[in-house]
Amino acid sequence: MSEAVRDCELRGGHAGHVTLRPPVRAQKIRTAAGERSEGWIDELRSDGAERDEAIGRLHALLLRAARFEVMRRARFVPHVRGGDLDDVALQSANDALVAVLAKLDRFRGQSRFTTWAYKFALLEAAVKVRRLAWQGREIPLEPTEWPRFADSGSSPHAQTERGELLGEISRAIDTELTPHQREVLVALALNEVPIDVLAERLGTTRGALYKTLHDARRKLRRALDPEEERGQADD
Amino acid sequence: MTDKTHPQEELARRLLGPAGPELGCDECFEELDRYVELELARGGDANAAVPGMRAHLDGCPACQEDYASLRALVEAEA
Repeated sequence: MSEAVRDCELRGGHAGHVTLRPPVRAQKIRTAAGERSEGWIDELRSDGAERDEAIGRLHALLLRAARFEVMRRARFVPHVRGGDLDDVALQSANDALVAVLAKLDRFRGQSRFTTWAYKFALLEAAVKVRRLAWQGREIPLEPTEWPRFADSGSSPHAQTERGELLGEISRAIDTELTPHQREVLVALALNEVPIDVLAERLGTTRGALYKTLHDARRKLRRALDPEEERGQADD
Repeated sequence: MTDKTHPQEELARRLLGPAGPELGCDECFEELDRYVELELARGGDANAAVPGMRAHLDGCPACQEDYASLRALVEAEA
């Protein structure tokens, strides 16, 4: 384990997840980028025309990021027309603008303001496109059948080993997991349902679902190799 | 992971996830901008500065996509 990882505190009740300590290297360094970031914050916290102008520039920046993301993902939604994709980008930018303005106090100056703001627009756009891609599709929560794989290029020994590993995992899924953990693992890891699509369908959050997935995976690893997992549990 | 990973191994990797401590999705989002800029900075050690991030990105496809997009956008604007 690295020194940096040892510096992390395990969060109570969230075994295996790390919570970062207050950033010890967070001293603000005065750079041109830092000063530009401070300029953004000052203008967005000001009043009147200066604030309106800054919000307009911020929206344009967020729209650029949202369009970038929508274009990257357009191939996953071939049934959505270009004009509708533009609407998705605009709605994403609008939602991101609300989020950024609500969270200005959480900007710590550890990156450029623009990079910090971009991530809100990218997230909004990514979630919207993933949901569009799964609109009207059933979410498979049960393993209907394990995927079959062509294995002509592998040695018989390698084929056997891989088959045995998946067999052990399958048995552990049946015997070690709660019904909810099994549903979440099967949907996310076996059937590759996007996590925010599943979160929306189940009425929960992405963070809560990932915690369930993390716990399920840990149970499986422990079932397959108790010795290896003991070290993690002791961390 | 490479393109040569056998589909069965890839499936096992998705099911078992990364070993070791990792961030959750919320913490990943909080740190994403700093992590990307450290990665792109000359001499930056993003994995040491944000422990648990790499493991989370290996285990969470959605966060991996968000990371890849932010990195691509910042690189494109550089």
